[in-house]
Amino acid sequence: MTTESTLSRRGLMATATAAAGAFTLGFHVPLTRSAVAQGAAPAIPPEVNAWVVIRPDDTVVIRIARSEMGQGTLTGLAQLVAEELECDWAKVTTEYPTPGQNLARRRVWGNFSTGGSRGIRESQDYVRKGGAAARMMLVQAAATAWNVPAAECSAANSVITHTPTGRTTTYGRVAEAAGRLTPPENVPLKDPRAWKIAGKSVARLDTVEKTNGSQVYGMDLTLPGMLNAAVRACPIFGGKVRSFDAAAVQGMPGVKRVVPVGDNAVAVVADTWWRAKKALDALPIVWDEGPNANASSEAVAAWLKEGLDAPEAVVGNRAGDARAAITGAAKRIEAVYAYPHQNHACMEVMNATALWTADRCEVWTPTQNGEAALAATAAASGLPATQCDVHKIHLGGGFGRRGAVHDWVTQVVLIAKQMPGTPIKMIWSREEDMLQGRFHPVTQCKLVGGLDAQGNLVGLTMRISGQSIVAGTFPQNIRDGRDPVVFQGLNASGGEADIGYTIPNLLIDHAMRNPSVPPGFWRGVNLNQNAIYLECFIDELAHAAGKDPLAFRRALMTNHPKHLAVLNAVAERIGWGTPAPAGRFRGLAQTHGFGSYVAACAEVSVSNDGKLSIHRIVAATDCGHAVNPQQIEAQIEGSFVYGLGAALHQEITVKGGRVEQENFDTYPSLMLAEMPAVESIIITSGGFWGGVGEPTIAVAAPAVMNAIFAATGKRVRSLPLKHADLRRA
Amino acid sequence: MAKLNVNGRTIDVAVEDDTPLLWVLREQIGLTGTKYGCGVAACGACTVHVDGVAVRSCATPVSAFTEAQKIVTIEGLAPAGTQHPLQKAWVELDVPQCGFCQSGMLMAAAALLAQTPKPTEDQIRAEITNICRCGTYNRVLAGIKRAAEGGPATSG
Repeated sequence: MTTESTLSRRGLMATATAAAGAFTLGFHVPLTRSAVAQGAAPAIPPEVNAWVVIRPDDTVVIRIARSEMGQGTLTGLAQLVAEELECDWAKVTTEYPTPGQNLARRRVWGNFSTGGSRGIRESQDYVRKGGAAARMMLVQAAATAWNVPAAECSAANSVITHTPTGRTTTYGRVAEAAGRLTPPENVPLKDPRAWKIAGKSVARLDTVEKTNGSQVYGMDLTLPGMLNAAVRACPIFGGKVRSFDAAAVQGMPGVKRVVPVGDNAVAVVADTWWRAKKALDALPIVWDEGPNANASSEAVAAWLKEGLDAPEAVVGNRAGDARAAITGAAKRIEAVYAYPHQNHACMEVMNATALWTADRCEVWTPTQNGEAALAATAAASGLPATQCDVHKIHLGGGFGRRGAVHDWVTQVVLIAKQMPGTPIKMIWSREEDMLQGRFHPVTQCKLVGGLDAQGNLVGLTMRISGQSIVAGTFPQNIRDGRDPVVFQGLNASGGEADIGYTIPNLLIDHAMRNPSVPPGFWRGVNLNQNAIYLECFIDELAHAAGKDPLAFRRALMTNHPKHLAVLNAVAERIGWGTPAPAGRFRGLAQTHGFGSYVAACAEVSVSNDGKLSIHRIVAATDCGHAVNPQQIEAQIEGSFVYGLGAALHQEITVKGGRVEQENFDTYPSLMLAEMPAVESIIITSGGFWGGVGEPTIAVAAPAVMNAIFAATGKRVRSLPLKHADLRRA
Repeated sequence: MAKLNVNGRTIDVAVEDDTPLLWVLREQIGLTGTKYGCGVAACGACTVHVDGVAVRSCATPVSAFTEAQKIVTIEGLAPAGTQHPLQKAWVELDVPQCGFCQSGMLMAAAALLAQTPKPTEDQIRAEITNICRCGTYNRVLAGIKRAAEGGPATSG
């Protein structure tokens, strides 16, 4: 782990803690009704520009458009602005503009969407320019006050110096004047090699509050006069509420109202959430189970299996004539893999608070996309978006669940609308969160490879059969039956998720099969299963060819130097080709996704009774530029927790149209006891910006699965691994 | 009606007997640092100390507690204006990601150190059974080791 902390602001935060006994750093969450009524842009002090506010005491407030959900984007984006601003990092704090403000200001803060590992890579250019422009305006304001040319002035550490005379002033003194200047048009940016704040392992800006209970999550919010709601939607996908007996629970302690929520859910509103939940549990509800009441995971699996050989499929990547090459090959290898539905299982269940009046609707919620939450608010409220706003709150995990679909926001607004003027906080139970997920898509994959007499791969077909996330969330983006993200990590070169092998005859296609279980973008998205399918099968091919898995890969990767570089990095660090410690076995995987190149080598052992232990993983990421290396390491480590939890334990099954796993006791996560040591290698080859929150997840499972084969001679081709018998044959 | 001793204060709360301690802490007393994660004592986000022992408050009714039992939440882990050695280590190592599980994680770790001031890595791995979905486990492990090295930690 990186422990570099030369730019740490821990001292400052600890001092603030000791002196005030309260935490003044962090986000401004408007909690009062008067703040709600204001709604618009913050009052004083005036901003230098949309990204930077500097208070008279030199405090620097950096506006962050993307959402912090644990991935560190808040700190990383602030570093990028601060780098160009040349401000004192110890004086930096942050705030979220609201999506309503963004709308009113013609999207001056750009896209709020925080998914696809895009937070930094897609906003780095304009946030750096925001910081640089603010610096130029501050310098110009000082130069104007001194009546000297701006070119004679320089800025560093929030201090502006007139070089010829040595005069100095601070950002806080000139900020108001700077804010009145016309923004510069030409805003040059620093060469990343000259970075002093960005690129360094600075401490996160949001840590102290998360260690003493003072961080406010959506679930913790309190508004004056607020009531609490517990909600239950039909547990069968596509089902509706036929009737409910409100009178049966109306007299229970604390209960205020029992209300319908759309056509498929019911809510109990009470003084406390616990009382609302208790009454909801006692509420008789009759469901109209709808058309999916007989849906089952077995039926879905059979349907997907049929798709593996279906004549109709959409081609994702093609070269030469794969089928002919395989027919003429010396050796034919075939395998079928399967990946299940999974729930995001954020630690903080879905929740939101809403206040609806006839002319305004405000929502407070943890969301990965404030603008999408605003759209959901407006649609459910019956009011124009200009009369609505959403106040973003730190997320207790997102992983994609809180990004594309804001079903819970719709619900809270529909409840609040029935109780005008009363703030309503709605919290899902864990069971509701499990049943009403937007699940990792289910797919199967049939791979066929052909080897020539020398064991060279001459042809590969890869048929993916199964669910399309895009079809389930943004069907308007399906063109000619093609889901543009289903081939993540398998695309031809030139994108952000490209296959790392040159195979002379290749056919990768998709037979779309969409079951009733609603799909969602799940951290890592389609790269997760695609990397398992390809990287495990490449291992199978290497074995069939009698070749070393690293050497077999390298031979296919000469045209893919960045893919190869991360693979080589992990192989070198783990000592591939030298004996592993006694009883341990190694497996490799590499892929490209979310703009970054990643590889992993896992070292595992399997006991005689089939118990798997994952001891050590070496992981490499080339993300082009590294804004905060210690946070990238945190994302890499976290990716193994998320990816290995999925690989080992997690599976959502459906029976009678509803999800069978309702809590962590039947949907286990990876535990500390199972966590391997992780060594991270961060490569910054430059020239591009890659994401870091997701790509490594995709190499977690295949590296371990290939190591399991090395250990046991058994190929596991179906996830999760808990179903596999790993005892030596 | 129940009488509880929370973070050194005696507090009267008017709730039904079957209300879980978690929701009394959060909704009656206003201590929201203790989190709801599962409601079935499976994830540990709701961990508090009762007479120094880690207890999952989401699945224990308030009627199970008496005024004589000292309940400590994350807000009371260290005296006001100070940090528990674990909190210091957590800040030094930037342990939290989303942070939602960390109150419970810290309370579980503090109870472990109170009982076993110098735990082995195997003991830590066996005893800390809280769920973190972001994946902070390796820093949690490092944080507990660092706090343990820094001298005997006391439970709030």
